[in-house]
Amino acid sequence: MTEMSKIVRTITSITFPFAMIYGLYVIAHGHLTPGGGFQGGAVVASACAMILVAFGSKWTIDKIKEKKLSAFESLGAIGFIALALLGLVFGVAFFNNFLTGSNFLFGNIPPTGSVFADINTGGVLPLMNFAVGLKVIAGLFVIVLVMAYATTSFKGVKK
Amino acid sequence: MSTRNIAAVIVFSIVTVFFIFTALLMHSFGVPDESDMDDYIIENTQEETGANNGVTAVVFDYRGFDTLGEATVLFTAVAAVIMIFRRLKND
Repeated sequence: MTEMSKIVRTITSITFPFAMIYGLYVIAHGHLTPGGGFQGGAVVASACAMILVAFGSKWTIDKIKEKKLSAFESLGAIGFIALALLGLVFGVAFFNNFLTGSNFLFGNIPPTGSVFADINTGGVLPLMNFAVGLKVIAGLFVIVLVMAYATTSFKGVKK
Repeated sequence: MSTRNIAAVIVFSIVTVFFIFTALLMHSFGVPDESDMDDYIIENTQEETGANNGVTAVVFDYRGFDTLGEATVLFTAVAAVIMIFRRLKND
């Protein structure tokens, strides 16, 4: 996939930060507003796929290799399972929410029925959202990147 | 009409009647018969998990194993796609 025209590249450069910030917002506020790690990760991966379509697969794979993205995806999976195992260590069971009610990170408890957003709530849920978000971003983007790069022919294109 | 067509029409009519009766017997939208689990989650999510978003609380806390399976499915899919589409040489 070669790069598109200058108009498309300019518009992509303008709209990319907004899509990126929206996806990261959905991930970071997953325990307060609709959305979460999976949904926000899909939004961020869509923004990265937009970059890939506009600038071409050769340019994109020069910026970030698929091995690095695979490492990020494995890091997200390890973080998710490690948080679940920490529930077994500090709490009572696998996937136990051991941070809720503690005076540590994300430890506040909102009153029942409250709709006001307090970012310092949720226990391990925000951390799990971050881990799953990292995993979904890297996983979906590496699928699109690898497929686009493998089906590109560089025979007529000078490198 | 052949016997085969007549049999098909009869079977189709019977199945349609059963579907219509089932649709008429369904309870109205938004009024579930059993709502014990819904009421428990709505009333206890905020004090048990501390999260305002009940869906995230169910997905990551009450049903964490389900999310672990989803993450495993995604991981397997990504591994398979990378295995198929990798370039051995930069030809």
